[in-house]
Amino acid sequence: MEHIRTPKVENVRLVDRVSPKKAALGTLYLTATHVIFVENSPDTRKETWILHSQISTIEKQATTATGCPLLIRCKNFQIIQLIIPQERDCHDVYISLIRLARPVKYEELYCFSFNPMLDKEEREQGWVLINLSEEYKRMGLPNNYWQLSDVNREYRVCDSYPTELYVPKSATAHIIVGSSKFRSRRRFPVLSYYYKDNHASICRSSQPLSGFSARCLEDEQMLQAIRKANPGSDFVYVVDTRPKLNAMANRAAGKGYENEDNYSNIKFQFIGIENIHVMRNSLQKMLEVCELKSPSMSDFLWGLENSGWLRHIKAIMDAGIFIAKAVSEEGASVLVHCSDGWDRTAQVCSVASLLLDPHYRTLKGFMVLIEKDWISFGHKFNHRYGNLDGDPKEISPVIDQFIECVWQLMEQFPCAFEFNERFLIHIQHHIYSCQFGNFLCNSQKERRELKIQERTYSLWAHLWKNRADYLNPLFRADHSQTQGTLHLPTTPCNFMYKFWSGMYNRFEKGMQPRQSVTDYLMAVKEETQQLEEELEALEERLEKIQKVQLNCTKVKCKQSEPSKHSGFSTSDNSIANTPQDYSGNLKSFPSRSPSQGDEDSALILTQDNLKSSDPDLSANSDQESGVEDLSCRSPSGGEHAPSEDSGKDRDSDEAVFLTA
Amino acid sequence: MEFAELIKTPRVDNVVLHRPFYPAVEGTLCLTGHHLILSSRQDNTEELWLLHSNIDAIDKRFVGSLGTIIIKCKDFRIIQLDIPGMEECLNIASSIEALSTLDSITLMYPFFYRPMFEVIEDGWHSFLPEQEFKLYSSATSQWRLSYVNKEFAVCPTYPPIVIVPESIDDETLRKVATFRHGGRFPVLSYYHQKSKRVIMRSGQPLTGTNGRRCKEDEKLINATLRAGSRGYIIDTRSLNVAQQARAKGGGFEQEAHYPQWRRIHKSIERYHILQESLIKLVEACNDQTHNMDRWLSKLEASNWLTHIKEILTAACLVAQCIDREEASVLIHGTEGTDSTLQVTSLAQIILEPRSRTIRGFEALIEREWLQAGHPFQQRCAQSAYCNTKQKWEAPVFLLFLDCVWQILRQFPCSFEFNENFLIMLFEHAYASQFGTFLGNSESERCKLKLQQKTMSLWSWVNQPSKLSKYTNPLFEANNLVIWPSVAPQSLLLWEGI
Repeated sequence: MEHIRTPKVENVRLVDRVSPKKAALGTLYLTATHVIFVENSPDTRKETWILHSQISTIEKQATTATGCPLLIRCKNFQIIQLIIPQERDCHDVYISLIRLARPVKYEELYCFSFNPMLDKEEREQGWVLINLSEEYKRMGLPNNYWQLSDVNREYRVCDSYPTELYVPKSATAHIIVGSSKFRSRRRFPVLSYYYKDNHASICRSSQPLSGFSARCLEDEQMLQAIRKANPGSDFVYVVDTRPKLNAMANRAAGKGYENEDNYSNIKFQFIGIENIHVMRNSLQKMLEVCELKSPSMSDFLWGLENSGWLRHIKAIMDAGIFIAKAVSEEGASVLVHCSDGWDRTAQVCSVASLLLDPHYRTLKGFMVLIEKDWISFGHKFNHRYGNLDGDPKEISPVIDQFIECVWQLMEQFPCAFEFNERFLIHIQHHIYSCQFGNFLCNSQKERRELKIQERTYSLWAHLWKNRADYLNPLFRADHSQTQGTLHLPTTPCNFMYKFWSGMYNRFEKGMQPRQSVTDYLMAVKEETQQLEEELEALEERLEKIQKVQLNCTKVKCKQSEPSKHSGFSTSDNSIANTPQDYSGNLKSFPSRSPSQGDEDSALILTQDNLKSSDPDLSANSDQESGVEDLSCRSPSGGEHAPSEDSGKDRDSDEAVFLTA
Repeated sequence: MEFAELIKTPRVDNVVLHRPFYPAVEGTLCLTGHHLILSSRQDNTEELWLLHSNIDAIDKRFVGSLGTIIIKCKDFRIIQLDIPGMEECLNIASSIEALSTLDSITLMYPFFYRPMFEVIEDGWHSFLPEQEFKLYSSATSQWRLSYVNKEFAVCPTYPPIVIVPESIDDETLRKVATFRHGGRFPVLSYYHQKSKRVIMRSGQPLTGTNGRRCKEDEKLINATLRAGSRGYIIDTRSLNVAQQARAKGGGFEQEAHYPQWRRIHKSIERYHILQESLIKLVEACNDQTHNMDRWLSKLEASNWLTHIKEILTAACLVAQCIDREEASVLIHGTEGTDSTLQVTSLAQIILEPRSRTIRGFEALIEREWLQAGHPFQQRCAQSAYCNTKQKWEAPVFLLFLDCVWQILRQFPCSFEFNENFLIMLFEHAYASQFGTFLGNSESERCKLKLQQKTMSLWSWVNQPSKLSKYTNPLFEANNLVIWPSVAPQSLLLWEGI
């Protein structure tokens, strides 16, 4: 690759963020797609892989005696600090990475070179795994009120909408086209979710071009049609997810919001979710807090509050709750819009759908939800997540916020979701990774033009294949809580919303709970299943033997029942067994034993002890043969786990690595 | 019966009970000597039994002839009773007030409580110091049991039996006691089998402004170290506070006089600062305004999580000294009855797998809190809703339990008990039908004859039927030392409370 100035730098040090004194010495490689750091220490040879597309910022810091520090911040919230001995090398790496992290053509992205060794047929099957036509069918469409419209075929009316759209039966093509001319970017009102039980629906659009007084008969008829499509209610909620002030400011630009006087039977409602720029700054502030080195509790809480992040999350949740209530309790249809109807609208519609329909709380349903409300309706993935070099002002963590909302709900309804936290984290990772084609481009139209489906692979198939890793052992499909609409407590307490350290500090393993209940339960569940199968097989065999009526009915079956407490080392014991730097900045901490003046004696001690305790650890993990299958379920086992090893897929990456 | 004098109106009908997250219940309110009972007198409905001793504060309000009493409990519950009739309401309120602030311990419910269960194992004898010592004596001969405090003469807050170095005789102990705050001479708290190092605790040395020394004290402390090895003295006060203590006759060990020891100051707040912190925290939790911003700043202003972090950090430091640096540790603050115990007991949770089992944890509380003389009576007299400023209240034990919860959250499979167990302990420490947490020290408990007159909490908890509620289904014995994270990102507010 022409952009790589230096493919390999030796004697680079990777600084441990928790205890800066520990640094791993190794070699840094630059490839066409990854930055790879391989530790020198022979027994581990630990590798750190970072996709170029994950790199958010690169910062060259002032040269010190030890070398030239390079700080790489990733979009999946990993922070890597490297110390490169030679200034010149550092500069080369810096310049190369700056270019590599900002591709200008889609063809440069990883998904066009990523090859998971699947044949053509498997790839095609992967792309049809999530099928939106099926999803609309599942909702009960088309029916007497709603029909599939072909008005947008070849993207004639709106180029950021999909071709397959559901509109009220009474909305003629004339009305639709007329309405589209009165809406920002021609994003006219269409169906997002249809609630079978009471015919209420969630529709979405962009803001009307009302200015101070403009009207549009067709647009008014369109809303009328939406109301008529729901015989159970005589009004429609119109939810503008912007703060009122922002919406009013838009009027000066000839845009704005619906005037209740012009539209018959609408109830208009503002819900103040801030715009993408506020959100971007808020995340930035929160990440600064996460980055603080040994912050005090007040620093942390103060910073977290100051970032406003959780307040924004709550605003989105509140909007979703409002809509879900309107649909399920009042039986009213809701039209949601913001400015262009592709950011806040997507967040709010998907949160509301998630609350209303248990299907979206399953693995496959969640993929469908993202496919429908985000991918197909033209959420600008490329612009928001900076896949290609573009305007930094377009970048904003819109879907990250949605994913966090889901996590907050999972915390409150631990049995309601079929998937677990890891599923969310991996989706977030791949939205930025560009390893799969799903999240490329800004609209369906662009994706079709690029022939994404023929040239790249689908993430959904990949996740589905490894679904065992993403299952929530506590999920109960038949539980009363998980059926129907999720009802949040009537008095929402503020401490419902928590900081998600599993996401924003997920690469600082020391901060995470060191034992995973989920993995443990999954292992137990799987083992139970195994034993049950074994029991079944043995019973069958016993029956056969009895039938044959052999005299010797004693079957000596090796009952290799692994004892329940022996094998699961679900915790990462090596981490669990390492003390952290508790002294903080306290100078009197005796990390130096008084006799030795050596700075690192405490460190050496620590490592020695770690080694000495290793044997019993390993003995712990492979005592029983039956447990091997289980251990591969543990978080560090799966090769596809991006949070653990930075999204590498070793087999395929190696090929790329060689050609580079 | 003198309770009858305090109860002006024993029974009121048509009282409506409001509790958060529950539907309102209408029923009959009864006052007894120890309980407030509300029963709807219908089948299948729960009755409310509330111990008067659980009541922290009450408020009265009147709208016409309908009176409302808001009862704020020590376990942070808030309940509201709507009582028809002005007079009844006033009577009830004043009775509750009188009954919940009884001075005499012997009038408390544990002295009247008759258990409805069969005592399989008497909790008063479940954790005898002799038995606990046996665990150590098999591993080391460096330590012995001393009966020097048999009559509570040497140290009124110590139990009759303490563990001291083998080579130190009782006479020396008596002399050391005069040099330590409250007579609390250094005793063994924990022996770590792996590194053969110990945790000791004591009161502060009474060096005063002119730097008094005590040869016996130096001898005792040094006796715990082998030649050439070193130890750490962890003072749970900041250096400043420790220096100020000298003016009042207290102080800290001069390193020159204890050459094998290094002193570290780890500041942990005490007394009213903690109490204020708790009051602010509970206030913030009960605030119903739905404003995210204010919530976080209120949480921050309460400093509760800061205290948690301080305590955990100090405990982790001790564990690190013992396990990694292989150095013995002596811990003290001022009296050695509060922050000292938080640190010693948490360090044991981290270091000792046994203390992460139910019985082990009970033994730990018995040994490090009850026997060690944590003044439960004083500390738990009032909780978060109390307006009157009293000097002695502090949620020291609650902070300890919260710290344990934080570790439990980080290592969900390493504890035999669950969150409910910790909450149960918290509730019983503040109001209980059992005598376990009465009194401020062993000597007070002896004087009250608690063993004969009341039931032990452990007798009740350790029934198999009760234990099932407190057992963690994910428990898998983990023989390793567990190192919790003290980063703010890892610390959460304990919602269970």
